[in-house]
Amino acid sequence: MESNLITEDKQKNKLEKAFEILKTMASKPSGLIGLTIVLFHVVLALISPYIAPYDYKAISPNTMLLAPSAEHWFGTDSLGRDVFTRTILGGRTALTVTFFGSLIALLWGGLLGIFCGLVGGKIDDVVMRVVDAFLSIPWILAMLLIVSLLGTSTEVLIPALGFFYGKGIVRVARAATHDVIAKDFIVSARARGHSNMSIIWNEIIPNVRDAILVEGAMRWSWMLLGFSSLSFLGFGVSPPTPDWGLMISNARGLMSFAYWSVIAPIVGLSSLIIGINLTADAFAKALGIDRSTKAPV
Amino acid sequence: MNEIIESVKNLSIGFNSQKGKQISILRNVSTNIKKGETVGIVGESGSGKSTLALAMMGYIKQGLFPLKGECLFKSEDLLKMSSRELEKIRGRKIAMIPQNAGQALTPNLKIGYQIDEALKLHTDLNKTERDKKISELLNKVRLPSPETMAFRYPHELSGGQQQRVAVAMALAGKPDLLLLDEPTTGLDVTTQAHVLELLRFIAKDTGTSMIYVSHDLGAIAQVSDRIVVMYAGEIVLEGPARKILKEPIHPYTYGLLKSIPKLSLAGLPTSMPGSQPQPGSINEGCSFYDRCNLANDNCKKNSPDLEHIKELDTNVRCFNYKELINQNNNLQTSITKKSNNTEVNEVLKLKDVSISYAKQKFFDQLLNKISDQNPTVKDINIDIKKGETIALVGESGSGKSTILKSIAGLLKTKDGQIKFDNDRILSSDLKMRNPNDLRAIQLIFQNPDESLNPNHTVEQILSQPLKLYFNLSGEKLKKNIIDLLKKVRLGEFYMSRYPRQLSGGEKQRVAVARAFAAKPDIILCDEVTSALDVSVQAAVLNLLQQLKEDLGTTYVFVSHDLAVVRAISDRVAVLYQGRLCEIGPSQNVYKFPSHPYTEVLLGAVLEPDPDIKPKLVAEDIVEEKPPEKGCSFQGRCPRKIGDICNSEVPPWQIGENGNAIRCHINIEELASLQK
Repeated sequence: MESNLITEDKQKNKLEKAFEILKTMASKPSGLIGLTIVLFHVVLALISPYIAPYDYKAISPNTMLLAPSAEHWFGTDSLGRDVFTRTILGGRTALTVTFFGSLIALLWGGLLGIFCGLVGGKIDDVVMRVVDAFLSIPWILAMLLIVSLLGTSTEVLIPALGFFYGKGIVRVARAATHDVIAKDFIVSARARGHSNMSIIWNEIIPNVRDAILVEGAMRWSWMLLGFSSLSFLGFGVSPPTPDWGLMISNARGLMSFAYWSVIAPIVGLSSLIIGINLTADAFAKALGIDRSTKAPV
Repeated sequence: MNEIIESVKNLSIGFNSQKGKQISILRNVSTNIKKGETVGIVGESGSGKSTLALAMMGYIKQGLFPLKGECLFKSEDLLKMSSRELEKIRGRKIAMIPQNAGQALTPNLKIGYQIDEALKLHTDLNKTERDKKISELLNKVRLPSPETMAFRYPHELSGGQQQRVAVAMALAGKPDLLLLDEPTTGLDVTTQAHVLELLRFIAKDTGTSMIYVSHDLGAIAQVSDRIVVMYAGEIVLEGPARKILKEPIHPYTYGLLKSIPKLSLAGLPTSMPGSQPQPGSINEGCSFYDRCNLANDNCKKNSPDLEHIKELDTNVRCFNYKELINQNNNLQTSITKKSNNTEVNEVLKLKDVSISYAKQKFFDQLLNKISDQNPTVKDINIDIKKGETIALVGESGSGKSTILKSIAGLLKTKDGQIKFDNDRILSSDLKMRNPNDLRAIQLIFQNPDESLNPNHTVEQILSQPLKLYFNLSGEKLKKNIIDLLKKVRLGEFYMSRYPRQLSGGEKQRVAVARAFAAKPDIILCDEVTSALDVSVQAAVLNLLQQLKEDLGTTYVFVSHDLAVVRAISDRVAVLYQGRLCEIGPSQNVYKFPSHPYTEVLLGAVLEPDPDIKPKLVAEDIVEEKPPEKGCSFQGRCPRKIGDICNSEVPPWQIGENGNAIRCHINIEELASLQK
């Protein structure tokens, strides 16, 4: 009997596997830093309503543009609102909108890409040309159009962002599907007479999942930047809701003498983007999809 | 003749595992290469043969490092040299011929230019001298019209010709030692025989020492003076080729030789149990202990040293080798297979089947037909009886896999019919077939690494057909899976394993189990043993035969390996360029008279016996397309009689043994010609 195995590689359940991946991610400094930043932001977003020292919308003429002090750690803005309060609350909307936006992007982009990769032929041609056409439209203009027609509520922003950021995922999912589609286990499933749905679900998804998830994680940070740009232009969330993009936009004219009201949201936004990027990279490496592998010598 | 050119002393090479443990891949290897000698290093995958060969060039793969020992080339240690010093030796003193010349040659540079580069680097010749040298080299490796050959690009050459160019490049620096890493493995049988013949000639002509690394004892037997047998990173047997192949005194070599199917034997080869231990898993005792039938308690505790036996001129690593001396008669035995070919009912009929890969033109698309006058596969008529094993044999491009795909419904036929189950016509489109027909015909693929989903456990893999065809679930499903695993001799605990946790043989067993899960009538086997090691191949062949005898399944077995086909099949169909050449009961196809192409194929088979040399009767040219008129083999036929071969399709002639041959030459005349 052949029973010759590397015993280190035992069968694991899903939770253990997820934990294993996290552990691998945290084993390198860049991954650890990324994870810490993202975790910090997520925890902050969850608890910020309870720890915020002031009311985020309390306007007061007495406290306009105060420099950072013991009372107002990050100073106050032009309407006398506490910048620290608004900064820690400002990440909430951005995180929620882009998280669910990325999920939507992943779902439709991933499934459409896999489907196109599997069926190929004319359907694939037509769908991919449509996706290409969408890629050529400047997304920010299209977003502005949508937002001005349908309003700036999160119910509009999430699907709209999800839609625009999904088309890149279509290409990645399609390419990943192409890699596995020629393999014999797919041919074998076809020859057995499995339906397309069953082949997608059982044979393709487990093999392209990793690549698509990594792409989704990357898109998340881009979407965050995109969402903040919208807010900056005044088409994101509406005032007085605290939001980093909006805060930067409001305070940018005062930058020369009240720098504190701009710096805090900028640090919040850029640290989160860097954190997500580092995490996505570490995630990819932990899954074995290394974008920077050197050619074997 | 006795000058030692390179000697390896107590060499160990290893790597650090993730847990920081040092794991050795080569353990205490010592050997000498003498001037003018060809040494064959043989072993199964993972035995360390390539690592040893590369170390002899002073090259160690990334991640590996030498643990101890040295590689002395003319008394200088290659492993201690700087890359500058190595540069001076590689190419000039030691040259290498890679496995896949197609990938080793730069695709956008002409052949002549690439050889010129090697000459510039390794010799002091001027331009005109080099040009002369290039055609000399191309001539030496027997490439047709060397003058024009130099101006061709690698893709314009066939695989065998590319390999010859690689040999010419290696010879450019006039090396003392040539290293060949599986140089004929990817080539067709006839090409392989030709390249080996060339290598043998070059060894004799130039007096170069050669190290020939291969898993194929047949190829090793043809070229080597001395053979080194590797197992689990150790040398287990070393000695003169004839002694090793005819009177092996190590149980591993003995088992290996017995597990190779041979043309001279009709039955199945004897398989060796188990598989090679993983590096790092051997703690004490002999590394072959688990698989050895001579093993005793001593072997479990102590590992044997390489012992020199003077009278046999052999080194052997075994305590009990004496039991194997004078056992060599047993090498020529095999397991006779039971033929349950009592039923005469045909289960599958191929009638005038033609298959074309040509793209449909616009009008043809409208009319839904394919107008290709010269299809890849043409006029295939085969009736397959219930319970028989019919083999389709041919070199690459013979259309054997194409026929298999169209039986499975994966490829549409152009003309003709596939009839199944009481002459019911089976649609050539998969989607038009009913589920029961799909169930009845199952496929097993060549490479289990590709045919098993890497992200599924064995349980998930086997439950797919059971769920699809029989709607099983819960306890019933589990019980069925366990039964299937038992059928292919795997235990219940394999259910939770992933393919990557299985050895090659175990993976193929799972693939076999998956095919049998559907309770099929016909199983299509596409080169199912070519990706496996020899000892494992024998086990899988035996398993397939056993399952067939138990369940009465019909096999359509596609292979390029005539010896494997001889072992497993009841009937053989020989194909060339998508046309049938010969068909008949296997014992008769392997006897003369036969179709000239069968004769060529049989002549090129490499047997693990230094006394049986291949007979090269035809050129190894590769034809891209089947000829439009006449006999399919006209381009290469050694017995071509004239214009009739080019213009008319030869008639079928039935020999007295029952094999049908398609040739213009009268069958009695063929018999007398081939005597």
